Amino acid sequence: MSTHTSTGTTHSPAPAVGRGAADAPTATALPGRPGVPFGRTFRAELRKMVDTRAGRWMIIVMAAVAVLVLAGFVIWGPAEDASFRGLLELATLPLAMLLPIIGIMAATAEWSQRTGLVTFVLEPRRGRVVLAKGLAALVLAAVVLAAAVAASAVANLVGGTGEWDLTAAMGGGVLLALLVYVLQGVAFGLLFLNTPVAIVSVLVLPTVWSIATMAVSSLEEAGRWLNLDLVTQPLFAGEMAGRDWAQLATAGAVWVLLPLTVGTYRVLHREVK
Amino acid sequence: MITVENLTKRYGGFTAVDDISFQVRPGSVVGFLGPNGAGKSTAMRMMTGLTPATSGRATILGRTYRELHNPGRQVGVMLDASAQHPGRTGREVLRVAAVSVGVGKARVEEVLTLVGLTDKEAGRRVRNYSLGMRQRLGIAAALLGEPQVLVLDEPANGLDPQGIHWMRGLLRRFADGGGTVLLSSHLLHEVQIVADDLVMIGRGRIVAMGSKEELLARGGTTVQSTDDARLTRLLEAAGVPVSRTGSGLVVDGEARVVGEIAARESVVLLELRSGGSEGLEEMFLGLTAATSREGDAA
Repeated sequence: MSTHTSTGTTHSPAPAVGRGAADAPTATALPGRPGVPFGRTFRAELRKMVDTRAGRWMIIVMAAVAVLVLAGFVIWGPAEDASFRGLLELATLPLAMLLPIIGIMAATAEWSQRTGLVTFVLEPRRGRVVLAKGLAALVLAAVVLAAAVAASAVANLVGGTGEWDLTAAMGGGVLLALLVYVLQGVAFGLLFLNTPVAIVSVLVLPTVWSIATMAVSSLEEAGRWLNLDLVTQPLFAGEMAGRDWAQLATAGAVWVLLPLTVGTYRVLHREVK
Repeated sequence: MITVENLTKRYGGFTAVDDISFQVRPGSVVGFLGPNGAGKSTAMRMMTGLTPATSGRATILGRTYRELHNPGRQVGVMLDASAQHPGRTGREVLRVAAVSVGVGKARVEEVLTLVGLTDKEAGRRVRNYSLGMRQRLGIAAALLGEPQVLVLDEPANGLDPQGIHWMRGLLRRFADGGGTVLLSSHLLHEVQIVADDLVMIGRGRIVAMGSKEELLARGGTTVQSTDDARLTRLLEAAGVPVSRTGSGLVVDGEARVVGEIAARESVVLLELRSGGSEGLEEMFLGLTAATSREGDAA
């Protein structure tokens, strides 16, 4: 079949093909640990979240909605509620809704747009890509929140009460809540690996569960422990007590950690096509 | 260097890649040729760690793909030119890859020039790219890390004839510099232009491999003379099987044998050549059809 037979190695039964001579200086692999340093994977993933048209528009829409809500409230809202705290609460509402979608898109694009064929070839250790995506989503959420804080401050100065009534507990609570929501987006994205299904699930499933726990009295107690929207209410308000933390942990485990674990397993084992 | 040893992939009862073994040495441009669904892409995905092999293994530069340090620096891979985010510009696709591979922006501009994408084209979103432009972008991405090995799935697909010749030059220069190239194609005429050596695959199995000339020679020798009837008698007398075609004879023997007989007997030859693309095409169809029948009987 072939013109040459492999002579260089005795253990290799593979017949050689091609005009490269058997005694040509054989190319050798670069020394070093497998894969790419994590910092580079992280930077690439962070960049990929905002460099597409869809990603950029999500950020623009989030900013625009926050600005509109703030402006509307300052102009038409009850003047006595327009304190720094009240304004920030308003500005973070659209963020809690839209940040998960950015997380979803970061997780699903590798499969829905098939960019995984490049991503997982450049870094074959897929777990690190998943980790980089999660961290990048968290960093992005923190940056977006910082912008919302700045916008709220400006609104407070321009048309608010000028009251600086934000407590550290509430600031930290809002940050943590947004991080939970964006991570939930990444988790659902990894779980379904399909953008529309993941978005609909993130929006609909918690609502369905809320309605179920309200309608069925036997589920009411369970709902208190497993409803992410309920358990983050004291978090946004900065009024977390002992039981609230436990409830946040249980709801977070079910709505974030569980899909994150199953989704990561899927990504690690799925064939990239 | 790419080494594939007894590589096999089964999906349930279906065997997509069936015990293939070959080695591509540095300095070679090898075409991986087979009809659609022959298992070319599956084999290439196994070589690059995207699909786990059922059995056997593939190594690049002596290591399995997943063991490679910064693989983008060692192996340039393009498995599907269409698999790009449509919302990114061509330049941005390369910049993101450059971050991961660890090369600078200057290298991005270098590879853009190398594959002939203009500044304006690089600034357009991939959504608006033709298939040919996507192929060029995919090749640019593969070359980004100045690798020693290229693994390209259907790189000439969607290129115009000029583009195919351009690719031949590019890959030949890459191989002449000590690089190793494995590229796949389902079109014989395309791979004939781009590659120097072929591995033919049908129904997951290797059906033939070797240099293009060697495989062409197996398609027989085409000969045409002023007196084909006399030449036929002479060749048959010499024990060389001959068959008539519309425009001459096809001889199951080397061109040299035919030429010698013609010279000795003073037959005027009008044409004498080994195989020809028709011969290889016929063999390609024949070989793949043969494995299909085998597959059906099994």
